Amino acid sequence: MPRRTMIEDVGYFGGVFRCTHGLQQKFGSSRVFDAPISESGIVGAAVGMAAYGLRPCVEIQFADYMYPAYDQIVSEAARLRYRSNGQFTAPLVVRMPTGGGIFGGQTHSQSPEALFTHVAGLKTVVPSNPYDAKGLLIAAIEDNDPVIFLEPKRLYNGPFDGHHDRPVTPWARHPQGEVPDGHYTVPLGKAAIRRDGSAVTVLAYGTMVFVAEAAAAETGVDAEIIDLRTLLPYDLETIVASVNKTGRCVIVHEATLTSGFGAELSALVQENCFYHLEAPVTRVAGWDTPYPHAQEWDYFPGPARVGRALKAVMEA
Amino acid sequence: MSERVPERVPEPGPLSFHVPAPAVRPGGTPDFSDVKISRAGEVRRPEVDVAPEEIRDLAFAIIRVLDRNSEAVGPWAGLLSDQELLEGLRHMMTLRAFDARMQMAQRQGKTSFYMQHLGEEAVSCAFRKALEPGDMNFPTYRQAGLLIAGGYPMLDMMNQIYSNELDPMKGRQLPVMYSSREHGFFSISGNLATQYIQAVGWAMASAMKRDTRIAAGWIGDGSTAESDFHAALVFASTYKAPVVLNIVNNQWAISTFQGVARGGAGTFAARGLGFGIPSLRVDGNDYLATHAVAKWAVERARRNLGPTVIEYVTYRVGAHSTSDDPSAYRPKTESDAWPLGDPVLRLKNHLIRRGVWSEDRHKQAEAEIMAGVIAVQKEAETHGTLHTGPHPSARDMFEGVYEQMPPHLRRQRQQGGV
Repeated sequence: MPRRTMIEDVGYFGGVFRCTHGLQQKFGSSRVFDAPISESGIVGAAVGMAAYGLRPCVEIQFADYMYPAYDQIVSEAARLRYRSNGQFTAPLVVRMPTGGGIFGGQTHSQSPEALFTHVAGLKTVVPSNPYDAKGLLIAAIEDNDPVIFLEPKRLYNGPFDGHHDRPVTPWARHPQGEVPDGHYTVPLGKAAIRRDGSAVTVLAYGTMVFVAEAAAAETGVDAEIIDLRTLLPYDLETIVASVNKTGRCVIVHEATLTSGFGAELSALVQENCFYHLEAPVTRVAGWDTPYPHAQEWDYFPGPARVGRALKAVMEA
Repeated sequence: MSERVPERVPEPGPLSFHVPAPAVRPGGTPDFSDVKISRAGEVRRPEVDVAPEEIRDLAFAIIRVLDRNSEAVGPWAGLLSDQELLEGLRHMMTLRAFDARMQMAQRQGKTSFYMQHLGEEAVSCAFRKALEPGDMNFPTYRQAGLLIAGGYPMLDMMNQIYSNELDPMKGRQLPVMYSSREHGFFSISGNLATQYIQAVGWAMASAMKRDTRIAAGWIGDGSTAESDFHAALVFASTYKAPVVLNIVNNQWAISTFQGVARGGAGTFAARGLGFGIPSLRVDGNDYLATHAVAKWAVERARRNLGPTVIEYVTYRVGAHSTSDDPSAYRPKTESDAWPLGDPVLRLKNHLIRRGVWSEDRHKQAEAEIMAGVIAVQKEAETHGTLHTGPHPSARDMFEGVYEQMPPHLRRQRQQGGV
């Protein structure tokens, strides 16, 4: 396997969320090192490294800080293969903590996935648990196209289900917290069914998978919960099979509603499952406001809001 | 630090907003008296391992080799043989003939767009000869001399410009946005400055792998204002990347004069000083000086001494592209007044002076080169032009977005009926 390189604010200290703790000691400072605070510089340099033949894996400290690098991601990494007719490629991974739930306010809480799924040439991944995170990350690094790897920061410590007033079970005591040693991959473009059900399909990813599970348990609605894992390319087959079975669909994401990835999912369900639908496709999402600070739990689509949507589609 | 004290320190009061403007606009008399030009041979040639703080003055001088009598003088002279200089002249003349034909082809509607190099031929042609095979350029749209002097087939360039059935880029890119990994020419983006930091990243990768290849980044005066330029200088400085950071100052960023991007810095080379990067300024219309400075910077990179900033002082004689008319923003005769002359003429006169060239041989070479370019153009046109086709297929449009076409794109291609 080709040698990999990692850069960003991750070297000596191990990152603000400690994801890269110990890596520099293990692999040396020519493979794991700190970078100047310049997101466009980090991703731009990574594009050059990838064009050289490395597989850089860079970290942007928060997805909210991605915007200075957006030109390098959209105009450069995503299009390099296409515009050079395959002479140069950009097999890089851009990791970034995403989403809210940590009282991070508007600059540490955003969910910008739709800004990536809108771009031809990118793949966008959002894992929901440690097992998938490792398998998807290895698959992303081995992929020969650029991959945006959004890590829901509220899940770093455990499967947060939106009940912010209750303690979170640490991953160590959760079955999906089991991470095998050694090499394995979770394929990109394949969703996972987290809960089998017959009444309604819930399409979710990241933290919202656990919120949806809590909502289903609390309302007693027999929901089939699909964890998309990869947003682009999406697993249309799994989505369509489930919605055709249940006849109902609720889409949940933390990102703002309008032009969010849920809009794409809703259109796909309508185009592919129209004659099986018993109720309008419903979206539960972040409100179309900047991510607030004090009002975090009024903003965050928690189990109560998702539960109301489940009951509403069942009554439609 | 300047000890100059203004005659009278201004009083506090209503603030005034400053917008720099060129000395002369259309209708005025061209004036380059503010361009301070060093005498040929005057600027010293430091050792390649010189400490950057010892050569800060070189960011404000202009290194020149060819003097008014067409002699090569001073410490930067003497690197190139007669044969190499004759070859350099041929490259520049070829690029000029190529430009003339492609410019005309655009006017004839055979393609949508073209960008010529008139007046700037020495920069990319001479730089290419300072590199080794395997080195990688991250060019802008005005360095086709890297391809011409690097032996890239002219037919491929024309096929790309025409977006015809043999276009190596399959019709996906604007004309002149070439790419050739084999010839050390990174895919041109069309966005500005993005490639500068990529060059640094490529060079960092080469160093990580303990390779011997180096990178060269290219940027124009105007786009040094982009944040990617500054990111590139930070990264190059921090990681001592084996990269040559070229700034081609051709005085005009479309209609915006170079003072708008340069601000109070004095020169573009001076931008490198704050980053602790050795920064030189060179006469970009002097093939010998340009080559010698490039060679110096390349040697630094090759010896692990890190990056070098080079500002090439030149002048864009033609329009920015086929989409603008320079007479709308600068005096028509401004290029005649440019004090550093024409690079082709200057090298030609030097070679005559050396006794290895003549007016007759020059005329003959001009005719031969033009005939050669026209022959290639005819061949390219048998494979189509943008106007007449044939073009790469609509099916090609869907290929190469990803290594493997994902299902959603496959469905769209089917919907598109291709």
